[in-house]
Amino acid sequence: MTMKPLSRRRFLANTALATTAAIAAPYVHGVYAAGSLSVGFWDHWVPGANDTMTKLCNEWAKKEKVDIKIDYITSQGNKDILTAAAEYQAKSGHDSLQMPAWQPLDKADELESMDDVMKDLIAENGKVSAAATYLGNLDGQWVGVPQASGSQVKPPLTRISYMKEMAGIDVQKMYPLGAPPDKELADKWTWEALLAAAEKCFKGGKPFGLGLGQTSDSVDFVGSVFSAYGAVLVNEKGDITVKSDATKQVLEFFQKLVKVLPPDVFAYDDASNNKWLIGDNGALIMNPPSAWAVAKRDNPKVAADCWTIQAPSGPKGRFAPSQPYFQTVWKFSPNKSAAKSLIRYISSRSSIEQLVAASVGYDIPAFANLLDFDTWKTVEPPKGVVYNYPPRFGTIESIAAAPAPPKIAVQIYVQATMTKMINKCTQGGQSVAAAIDWASSELEGFMRT
Amino acid sequence: MAEAVMSGVRAPAARRSSLRAIARRKPMIAFMMALPLILLILLLVVYPALYSIHLATLNRSMKRFVGFGNFLFLFKRDTFWMVVKQSVIFACTAVFFKTLIGIFLANFVHTIPTKGQRKWRGMLMVSWVIPTAISSITWFWLFDPSYSAFNWLLAKFFGTAPIPWLGEPLWARFCVILVNIWAGTPFFMIMYLAALKSVPEQLYEAAAIDGANWWQRLWYVTLPMMRNIISITVLFSLIVTFANFDIVRILTNGGPVDQTQIFATWAFQVGIQGNDIPLGASVSLFMFPILGVSAYFILRGVRRRSQEI
Repeated sequence: MTMKPLSRRRFLANTALATTAAIAAPYVHGVYAAGSLSVGFWDHWVPGANDTMTKLCNEWAKKEKVDIKIDYITSQGNKDILTAAAEYQAKSGHDSLQMPAWQPLDKADELESMDDVMKDLIAENGKVSAAATYLGNLDGQWVGVPQASGSQVKPPLTRISYMKEMAGIDVQKMYPLGAPPDKELADKWTWEALLAAAEKCFKGGKPFGLGLGQTSDSVDFVGSVFSAYGAVLVNEKGDITVKSDATKQVLEFFQKLVKVLPPDVFAYDDASNNKWLIGDNGALIMNPPSAWAVAKRDNPKVAADCWTIQAPSGPKGRFAPSQPYFQTVWKFSPNKSAAKSLIRYISSRSSIEQLVAASVGYDIPAFANLLDFDTWKTVEPPKGVVYNYPPRFGTIESIAAAPAPPKIAVQIYVQATMTKMINKCTQGGQSVAAAIDWASSELEGFMRT
Repeated sequence: MAEAVMSGVRAPAARRSSLRAIARRKPMIAFMMALPLILLILLLVVYPALYSIHLATLNRSMKRFVGFGNFLFLFKRDTFWMVVKQSVIFACTAVFFKTLIGIFLANFVHTIPTKGQRKWRGMLMVSWVIPTAISSITWFWLFDPSYSAFNWLLAKFFGTAPIPWLGEPLWARFCVILVNIWAGTPFFMIMYLAALKSVPEQLYEAAAIDGANWWQRLWYVTLPMMRNIISITVLFSLIVTFANFDIVRILTNGGPVDQTQIFATWAFQVGIQGNDIPLGASVSLFMFPILGVSAYFILRGVRRRSQEI
């Protein structure tokens, strides 16, 4: 093989050509040029809701050229909080993880600040609910972005006919479809009015299925009644304030209510109240629309007679039990910017509208401007059954045990201190004062740091 | 120099042969065969145990060493002592009845002719073979607050009012213990059946010649011959029952008013759900001294009886 000698002229010509070609050539992105992202979402109960989340994530991943890996983690058996605890300990796992109510604050020291994302989302979607702020914002810094997916409230889900015939309350007139509530009727809709209705429905053979067990449905419901009466177990400074007239008043209310509830309400788990309604046993439960959705499949006659209304009011206001979810990003994540970009995408109005529709209205956004989607108007039967599911018209989302400092509040919540107080002064046969003394002693134990 | 060179040549060969000699020793072979299991135990039992001891010595935020602070805190809590009391009641009652029913069933199966025995053994093992998490869900449906099948039967045949199986403290305790007995008795039965089969027939013949009746044969021959296996089975079952989680978690979640809470369920509630992992670890570690003391006395009895034999 012979080689041509390289002349100076030839060298310059070739070099110039190569340089021009290199500069002129477009930059070709690889398929996953922006790296990979691993995300953990709560495994939604509503069939098909996960598919919409997957679709949204894939749209984002395609646009951003990110290789995304999604895991749906169930809350059955607390697998979601076990995953969060394990990843927190191991400092390894998903880049971004969806966490239920109390988890982001507990793991705040390992979570990336979401202030930049929240600033934009608040500007775009409006004010964040008090409940989501309490659980997602630590000392002025956002540690998670409130998510619509999985977030729920638990207002009264009623039977139209039983409430009208037995309790004399026209729930559709009180909270109509597509219009503000009837002011006169809504103003009369207090916890005392609920008690009177419960007595009538009990006599009519359709008692209210209001759980007083130790799982979240029971604790959330009882927490909202405590909030409505202004009964605070521990205040925001961490002082024990359970010994108050408000606590006495709310316990006396429950002493009357328990007499007209089914005898097994202290053993209720989160499925018991659903089964109570679906089985045509009672006139009212406090639950997200999941009970109605199952009734639609299993007992359509019951579903067609359901109507959601806002929670009753108490001396301190109208509070709806709520349970928000948050999307968080670990500090150890190697791809924080991509994680935040995804969270922005799935938190946009258009994405949340799709998620709410996919969940048949179950998901509740935490942002004030996102409570007007058509889904809540159009879901049926009957049309508008969940129109009053989102907290509107002055209803405040409540978190049981708030406003105690979250590290104390979480103990009050998971140990179900409030429902146990009720149990002690009803089934347990103790006085209200004894139940309050017991709670005070328990609360001292929750103060450890 | 030459010697040095020679020893240098011989050294690897000598080392190889000494390695072979070591490998040929029986204890070494046994150790090597057990090594995978030892490694697994180190990884899955010893390391988590040591880690949980480490966790139990930290403060709530896991940033500061507090020594025995978590245990001292627990000792001052009424709920903790209630959990201790309930765990002891739960484990002791369940193990007592499992032993009693196990002995009865083993004797029953032992008397069945060999031909039909396998069928009975198989049927009686079913409750032990089904994963407890699944069988507990079935039991939950039977005790369901609103749709209890038992209540339906009671109402249909006896016209009785529904019993709040899981909603009233005494009934709830009864239910969790009952399910534990149901699930654990076959283990006792199979262990006792094996022990029964190893009792020499001559002892029964001698007892029969002496005119011993059924009860005397059981009391003076069978039970003394089974004492060691009964002790070991009771110890093993105590450990497992004290550490039980799934039955209580599924049936009552510790309620009502913590009246069925036991160590494992309360540790989970405090540690995982309540975000206080060090306190949860301390609760679960509290089982260790109780079981350690039980194991010491039970194994001492077994050793003494073995020496007598």
